[in-house]
Amino acid sequence: MKLNRRAFIGTGAAAAAALQAPMVWGATDGRPKVVVIGGGAGGATVARYLAKDSKGEIDVTLVEPSRQYYTCFFSNLYIGGFRDLSSIAHSYGTLAAEYGVNVVHDWATGVDRDAKTVTLAGGAVLPYDKLVLSPGIDFVDGAVPGWDVSAQNRMPHAYKAGSQTELLKAQIESMPEGGRFAMVAPPNPYRCPPGPYERVSMVAHLLSQINPTAKILIVDPKEKFSKQALFEEGWNSHYAGMIERIGPDFGGDKVEVDPGEMTVTIDGVVEKVDVCNVIPAQKAGRICEIAGVNDGNWAPVNGHTMVSRIDGNIHVLGDATNQGDMPKSGFSANSQAKVAAMAIRGELTGSKVFPAKFSNTCWSLIDADDGVKVGASYEATDEKISSVASFISQTGEDASLRKQTYEESLGWYAGITADMFG
Amino acid sequence: MKTGVPSVLAGLCLAIGAWVGAAAADEIGDAENGERIFRKCASCHQVGQGATHRVGPHLNGIFGRRAGTVDGYGKYSDGLLRAGNDGLIWSLEKLHAYLENPKYLVTGTRMNFAGLSDAQDRADVLAYLRQFSDNPANIPEAQPTAIAPEVELPPGILALVGDPEYGEYLASECTTCHQRDGSDQGIPSITGWPQEDFVIALHAYKRKIRPHPVMQAYAGRLTDDEIAALAAYFAGL
Ligand SMILES: Cc1cc2nc3c(=O)[nH]c(=O)nc-3n(C[C@H](O)[C@H](O)[C@H](O)COP(=O)(O)OP(=O)(O)OC[C@H]3O[C@@H](n4cnc5c(N)ncnc54)[C@H](O)[C@@H]3O)c2cc1C
Ligand code: HEC
Ligand code: HEC
Repeated sequence: MKLNRRAFIGTGAAAAAALQAPMVWGATDGRPKVVVIGGGAGGATVARYLAKDSKGEIDVTLVEPSRQYYTCFFSNLYIGGFRDLSSIAHSYGTLAAEYGVNVVHDWATGVDRDAKTVTLAGGAVLPYDKLVLSPGIDFVDGAVPGWDVSAQNRMPHAYKAGSQTELLKAQIESMPEGGRFAMVAPPNPYRCPPGPYERVSMVAHLLSQINPTAKILIVDPKEKFSKQALFEEGWNSHYAGMIERIGPDFGGDKVEVDPGEMTVTIDGVVEKVDVCNVIPAQKAGRICEIAGVNDGNWAPVNGHTMVSRIDGNIHVLGDATNQGDMPKSGFSANSQAKVAAMAIRGELTGSKVFPAKFSNTCWSLIDADDGVKVGASYEATDEKISSVASFISQTGEDASLRKQTYEESLGWYAGITADMFG
Repeated sequence: MKTGVPSVLAGLCLAIGAWVGAAAADEIGDAENGERIFRKCASCHQVGQGATHRVGPHLNGIFGRRAGTVDGYGKYSDGLLRAGNDGLIWSLEKLHAYLENPKYLVTGTRMNFAGLSDAQDRADVLAYLRQFSDNPANIPEAQPTAIAPEVELPPGILALVGDPEYGEYLASECTTCHQRDGSDQGIPSITGWPQEDFVIALHAYKRKIRPHPVMQAYAGRLTDDEIAALAAYFAGL
């Protein structure tokens, strides 16, 4: 059966999900087809670049269940009161209307690698020549004893942004005076290495305004963490006495939670808390496992093109990948997406392919106008993506530089979201 | 006495600092001649006892000070303030660069001055200014960076014509931060620039004359051809 392609252009294409019988969207015009699963930092970027740079030569379909994508980046700033939630929400209208990306609001539930098709929850079947997976992360089952996703309303992770972030903030705002906020930090590797610690900074900022005698407890399985010296310096100067961190040397790696009782048990010692932010160990988004492109928890890729090491017709981007030295960040996912778009375009349309270049910068806000950054540039080797040069903010920098660094992060946020969504 | 600034080779090579002569701290140039050259600056700057701000800030104590921080001036350009925040300290090397071509170091600088192309003139005027810095003993001495870096790029670099397709791909790395539509929400706009200004700015990061670590890292791995391609691409946006 043939479908009128125009019916699928635009975000209204979600209607597709309502179609009854499973059907294959046949090639109506002979253009090569790319299906992208996940409309986040990696997926939205790759869809936009493929559509834009192929000038219509490639038929691009983006599958993403949410109509609004809330960026995890800057979601901590929402908790701190520096952004409102609507300012981190983005929709897919421009990708559809201006770039001609077919945006389908549905879940991908199956990948048939032999037939080269993707099945959606609504029943539709999408054929592809190339498939791009950028589904972000899911949580490892049983990573924090006592916690599973059914407990996420009692003990939010807020590690996928949106309602979870809103809930966590609301819980912090209603903490009793002098109450206790606990964070169970994740083991490596996880999305956004400085993320949990920027979050602690933003929680501290919020509490110091509304509940200054409240305390923050970080239970951490890691010995060291990203930008540690910068965070600790900032915590001492802005939030003295508020934040305590228990590392693995004091049982931070032996933690259990009880969402019903609101307790955290650290190496056998039970602590009662008022809010508990559990950030469990992570793995590639489920669809990677379903597609069979994982090796362990993550999908290995070749850094020259971001092609899966398991299936040459599938590219994987962002947090879900195991690629080498790049941290799991929005910046990295966006950077990888452009390399993948170039490689895919080269294969499908014969356009020029240039050597891959990657980079990353992660800014974190410690307090108002106190921004820090860490970053590096990378190149692909046959074995992995490796770091070639790096930089990091220094302790003891003066306030004018920190303020400028924060302002840069605002510029970056505007830049990357425009680069993703048009 | 003059220090014998090396003859003007193609600029980039000089910056590598192959210069071996060890000039003593007090021999950066001929201060007497520098006083004469300072007349070119005097329409905008005062120096010495009782100097006040004019079009430009007074220049007492300029050596070793962070750019854009003279008290009471208040008219610095955004670019100079940004460079100061990034950690630009007025060393001999940076002053040479700024005086040779103010735009090289600071985009949109308010110092509307064509620059002193002659390295000896710069050395001399800086020797003169140095007499009004509190701490002459602290001036960078015979380190390689103390030589006059020729910031002008060899004509060959400026004449490179970039491959626009390559420029477009390379530019995708930049647009994570610099917006394609030219808006500036905390990171400067780089669209629609004269290509030459773009090229010299990127070379200034590449050669670490401009201080910003992120841009140093990006520019540091761009070749001359890639810079030309990017300049062509962004100029056309
Ligand atoms: C608190 C926090 C702060 C952060 N701060 C920063 C920062 O400052 N800078 C930075 O660079 N990064 C930051 N990050 C990291 C950044 O958010 C992620 O690294 C980035 O979003 C990864 O991009 P991605 O494309 O891999 O996944 P995502 O952006 O998570 O996108 C995945 C998308 O796939 C969709 N999806 C999943 N499964 C399916 C399926 N089966 N079918 C269809 N769609 C599916 C999801 O709905 C989602 O929209 C932060 C993260 C957190 C949690
Ligand atoms: C047409 C006016 C003008 C002339 C001529 C001029 N300057 Fe400037 N100068 C300025 C202005 C204006 C600034 C501030 C620039 C900015 O904010 O971007 C400045 C800034 C400077 C600074 C940096 C000051 C600081 O506090 O960071 C130095 C050093 C300097 N000038 C030296 C000189 C010297 C030496 C000469 C002569 C060789 C000269 N200038 C000629 C106007 C001028
Ligand atoms: C991680 C964010 C980021 C990326 C990516 C980035 N830049 Fe920049 N860029 C900046 C910041 C921040 C500044 C301001 C630096 C300063 O203070 O000197 C800047 C400054 C510049 C300037 C000078 C602007 C001025 O007004 O003086 C140019 C030119 C420039 N960048 C070009 C590029 C090019 C070309 C690329 C891609 C190869 C690139 N940038 C990638 C953040 C970035």
